[in-house]
Amino acid sequence: METFEQFLKRILVILFWILLALPIFILPFVFLVIPLLGIDLTDANLVIVALLDPLKGLALADSLGLGPSSLFFKIAAFPGFTFAAAIATLTILWERKLLAKIQVRVGPLYAGRFEGVLQPIADLFKLLGKELVVPDKADKPFFWAAPLLMLSFASALLAVIPLSPNIYIATSELSVLIPFVVLGLSPLLILIAGWASSNKFAFIGSLRALHQMVAYEIPMLLSVLGVVVLTGSFNFFDVVHAQEKIWFIVPQLIGASIFYITILSELERIPFDIPEADSELVAGWLTEYSGMNFGLIQLANYVKLYALSVIFTLLFLGGWNGPSFLPPFGWLMLKVFVVITLLLLPRAFMPRLRIDQLIRLGWIWLIVLGFINLFIAILVSGLGII
Amino acid sequence: MTEQRIGNTFGLDNQVFNSKLVEKEGNRLVLNVGPQHPGSGHFRLIVTIDGDTIVDLKPDPGYVHRGAEKMAEHRTYIQNIPHLERPVIIDSSNILFPYVLTCEQILDVTPPERGEYIRIIMSELNRIISHTYWLSIFGIFLGHSTMFMWPMGDRELFIDLAQSIGGTRVTFSYFIPGGVRNDIPDDFKEKALKTFNYFDKRLIEYEKIFFDNPLVLQRTKGIGILKKQDAIDLGITGPNLRASGVNSDTRKDEPYSKYDTIDFDIPVLKEGDCHSRAKIHLEEMRQSQNIIRQVLDIIPEGPVKHIFRGQMKGEPGEAFSRTEAARGTMFYHIISDGELHPYRVKISVPSFRNLIAMKHLLIGQHIADMPPIYWGLDYWPVEADK
Repeated sequence: METFEQFLKRILVILFWILLALPIFILPFVFLVIPLLGIDLTDANLVIVALLDPLKGLALADSLGLGPSSLFFKIAAFPGFTFAAAIATLTILWERKLLAKIQVRVGPLYAGRFEGVLQPIADLFKLLGKELVVPDKADKPFFWAAPLLMLSFASALLAVIPLSPNIYIATSELSVLIPFVVLGLSPLLILIAGWASSNKFAFIGSLRALHQMVAYEIPMLLSVLGVVVLTGSFNFFDVVHAQEKIWFIVPQLIGASIFYITILSELERIPFDIPEADSELVAGWLTEYSGMNFGLIQLANYVKLYALSVIFTLLFLGGWNGPSFLPPFGWLMLKVFVVITLLLLPRAFMPRLRIDQLIRLGWIWLIVLGFINLFIAILVSGLGII
Repeated sequence: MTEQRIGNTFGLDNQVFNSKLVEKEGNRLVLNVGPQHPGSGHFRLIVTIDGDTIVDLKPDPGYVHRGAEKMAEHRTYIQNIPHLERPVIIDSSNILFPYVLTCEQILDVTPPERGEYIRIIMSELNRIISHTYWLSIFGIFLGHSTMFMWPMGDRELFIDLAQSIGGTRVTFSYFIPGGVRNDIPDDFKEKALKTFNYFDKRLIEYEKIFFDNPLVLQRTKGIGILKKQDAIDLGITGPNLRASGVNSDTRKDEPYSKYDTIDFDIPVLKEGDCHSRAKIHLEEMRQSQNIIRQVLDIIPEGPVKHIFRGQMKGEPGEAFSRTEAARGTMFYHIISDGELHPYRVKISVPSFRNLIAMKHLLIGQHIADMPPIYWGLDYWPVEADK
């Protein structure tokens, strides 16, 4: 029970915030920012209308150099991080509902009125509310840095990926190559996370991640090389432009399959979730991460899933090419949705492979097939078929 | 903190584990798998690994020892029923079956024929409940999440059936000396046949998605082979023994209750690897359904239990009996000194014998093969510790 003094104190605190503190924060905004918009301050109603009006808000952002055409907006909002994070969140929901339907369950059902649509948000708040447990013997700076680094490296993939002829953050003559350079660093981050956790299971998990990279990295680059040979350019715009007549998945079916398998492996999804095999390694290199640190790692993984699906679409499925009843951006997103679904499906009907089986798959099958695929690409482009 | 635990079968000294990541000699790493590990249960495996290979293994049972045998000396024959089924609640009828058979020898009563047949129904239902549980955990230990959800979901149907007989979901306390507690409901036959027809179709789907899945075959074929002679020498019983090619089942070898009036097969496989141990469970579920179908056709009308007059006191003497539980041969030995409670109750459970094979099978295997071999041996720590 609350005593009368506590009750009085509570009321006083509330009154303090309403009467004193809030105006102190709001007044500079009203007197310094609103005049920039040229709003008449004689009527209080007009101020509120101006603040709620999106067009006025955009004008304000523009005047501060943060408008939709600015680089900051592109990186932070669209088509950069916020957009990717939103897609990642929707992917998590879609994965849970899809798996639930296959496994004769209902999946998330209660958060949100319809079919648990608000479940990702509920999960986010759950993770935010959890305690961040850091092991006593952990290497603290690296332990804290690893999730943030993972998220930033995953987001760095988005920098050079165009979503339509007009929607892109940056472009480069080597834009096909840059994402794979960034991807090459991800096992290093996992190794940092696993070592900094100071946990035997995390350590084994991170070593497995390193071995896994050895298995999939070379076939992945070989499969991309076929597309580069056909296009003669390292630029995503040229790659998509070259697919106007025929998608590269037709001459490069082997390459597309290899790329699909290696994406699964890069994302550590079943059947290749060997580094976080929960039945023998607790959670692999994720074992010691909890709360929002874990949330950041998961978010990084799903942002990576989105980025790799876009890359798959751009390289093999003709990017934004398609009949004109949908805008280019619409076509791209439709194809990305299909690719994401294909990447989620193996979890429903496959077990986990063993690390030695994965390395054997990578080195005996995928590399050989990758060279065959490269040979096909050289043949096709040499004969001038495409 | 030192380990305070005493006397254990596997000669484990009270060692405090080295907190260093890697031991100096030979780059060996000691892992504590359990008792708080997603792949262990109430049980610890101290695993020494060299790279990816298990070089040494110490099973460390005893975390859930409850003294069931000693408790039984202080309770009457009826009071013993609820606590004796606690060691293996997913197979609760089968652990009571030999108890009531032994009690009947001591108390010198014979159950009515209908009671005996109802016992067979309940025993086989419990075998299916236990095997579906086993199968789903086997699926998730291999990372196959659909194989976790499907048998777990279908298990509910059998739990419903058993609940309509016994009244509760898992711990039925249904078998009593002299028969069973109550009669089966009138519509049981109809409901049971409906469930069996559905489950027959589901078993074919299990085979398609799991047992014939090439990746599952890759993970389980030829893994953890228990040779026929080794299985006999180590004293393995139950599905593990039959998976190694030994045709041995107490229901056929020493028919008890009314099993001699029923026509059923004992599935036997030759390989003795993880896959055949899983397959045996699938075939046994088919046979259990077959048994219940036959029993429902031939079950006579009449009373279901012998009504005792006066106190339940046996003659001084001893008796034993042996039945086939879901995990293997279950054996009870009871000595009576003519009092209200038994003088000594000895339970010999199959799990403890299956544990002996664990060390034999796991040394020299990969870490990733530990979960399927461990779970494949059908070891239930609570049952083994009693």
